[in-house]
Amino acid sequence: MIIPRVPVQHRRLLPDHRLSGPTPWVIAILMMLTLLAAAAGVGLARSANAIGDAIAGRVTVQIVTANPVTRAEQAAALRRAAAAQPFVLSARSVEQEELQATLGQWFGSSEGDDPVLKSLPLPALVDIDFVGEDRTVHMRALQALVAREAPGARIIPHAEWLGPVARLIRSLAWIAGVMVLLMALASAAVVIMTARAALGTHYATIEMLHMIGATDRQITRLFQRRIAIDTAYGIALGSLVAAAILLLIGWQWSGVTSGLAATASLGPAGGALLLALPLLAIALAALTARQTLLAALKKIL
Amino acid sequence: MVEFDGVGLRYGPDAEVLSDISFNLQPGSFYFLTGASGAGKTSLLKMLYLAQRPSRGIVRLFGEDLVAMPRHRLPGFRRRIGVVFQDFRLIPHLSARDNIALPLRIAGVSEEDLSGPVGEMLSWIGLGDRADARPATLSGGEQQRVAIARAVIARPQLLVADEPTGNVDPEMAMRLLGLFEALNRLGTTVVVATHDIHLISRIENAQMMRLERGRLADPTGALRYPPANRA
Repeated sequence: MIIPRVPVQHRRLLPDHRLSGPTPWVIAILMMLTLLAAAAGVGLARSANAIGDAIAGRVTVQIVTANPVTRAEQAAALRRAAAAQPFVLSARSVEQEELQATLGQWFGSSEGDDPVLKSLPLPALVDIDFVGEDRTVHMRALQALVAREAPGARIIPHAEWLGPVARLIRSLAWIAGVMVLLMALASAAVVIMTARAALGTHYATIEMLHMIGATDRQITRLFQRRIAIDTAYGIALGSLVAAAILLLIGWQWSGVTSGLAATASLGPAGGALLLALPLLAIALAALTARQTLLAALKKIL
Repeated sequence: MVEFDGVGLRYGPDAEVLSDISFNLQPGSFYFLTGASGAGKTSLLKMLYLAQRPSRGIVRLFGEDLVAMPRHRLPGFRRRIGVVFQDFRLIPHLSARDNIALPLRIAGVSEEDLSGPVGEMLSWIGLGDRADARPATLSGGEQQRVAIARAVIARPQLLVADEPTGNVDPEMAMRLLGLFEALNRLGTTVVVATHDIHLISRIENAQMMRLERGRLADPTGALRYPPANRA
């Protein structure tokens, strides 16, 4: 049991005031940081997975034939031919207006009436999504198709330029995971120090209890219960603050609909993990306290 | 009941504080343990109430070898021993009633079953009207009586008392001795460490155990081989 049941009369063996002083506050801060790090880790991992899935089977064929009419014909022919292939899930020509709108963000003109922008020789682009996972074979088939329909065109796998971003996000998620582990270790260390301090403070009582025949288990349950309750207060407080922060971030995040940021979310599994973390933390604290107390009591005859 | 055979005790690398201690305590007997300060009385008592294992020798308690006994079995033996400490060692935040009830609670006696014996014990030691008082509000004599009540509430087979009358006036000392004697009549083996020669003379059948520089004086061999055990 996480918080052991101890008869009321036995609970009085320890004084009414708290054992651990600042422990609940330290635990509250650690719990808050743990939950925020966990939420960041989960969000980043989901984002990395979403990006990875999106880019894994997608390529863009860039047709740079100088003649705009030929370029457009090649693009249309390639789109039609690609769409008819069994290994292609979808093929789409990127409209010139779409390209100009994208470039317009860099040129500072979103209206599309920038004369410089209009005069640029833009390539024709065809986005192709592959079917399934076997991209090497698909790529070879596409290369043959491109060579036939649009000689000289370049095939650009999205994984080439978005892959490093996905890897970076995944690394950040791992770092967040490591931070969660480190903070769990720090919390355990705080509990160990609290348990040892409690034993030191109440040594005379413990010695007396030993002398009249109390078992290690009886004494441990007393202290374990008190430490677990103190820790639970801290964990509850830290969790509440973290929940408030996460709700605020979530509310602000809901307004973000574009780019990579839109792929970040907790999801049901992430939410369940965040809900489970405080309970796991209480269990960890109780177990740590129990082992520390039992180890310390074994040093007394 | 208690058998020490060639027992020695040393703390760390220092010389032995107790050497070649051999005796055999008979059930239902009354013993006074005497000796000058530093003779090793408290160390010997510590071994009797299982707060210390000997460095060498054999210690048998209630028929079992305590030297080799695993630690987890000791609480069961401690519940059969009552201890009165010189400095009382009452738990300061507990009332007199709760201090006295402690051994019964640790032994798992229900609240229903322990209220009667604890009330009787409080009356017996004359503190029925101070049951809810904390130790800090009790006089030295009252604290000593609570400590004694705690030691005897669970009807121990062996009662060990370290200078139990050191903090009380002569009248109270005699009353406390009366408590020990009454318990002894009920079958409890009593070992009292004391300097008080007047106290010793009050118990007729008490036997003396005298420690001199860490060794037990037993010129007739009566402590090691009590008459009842002699062939």
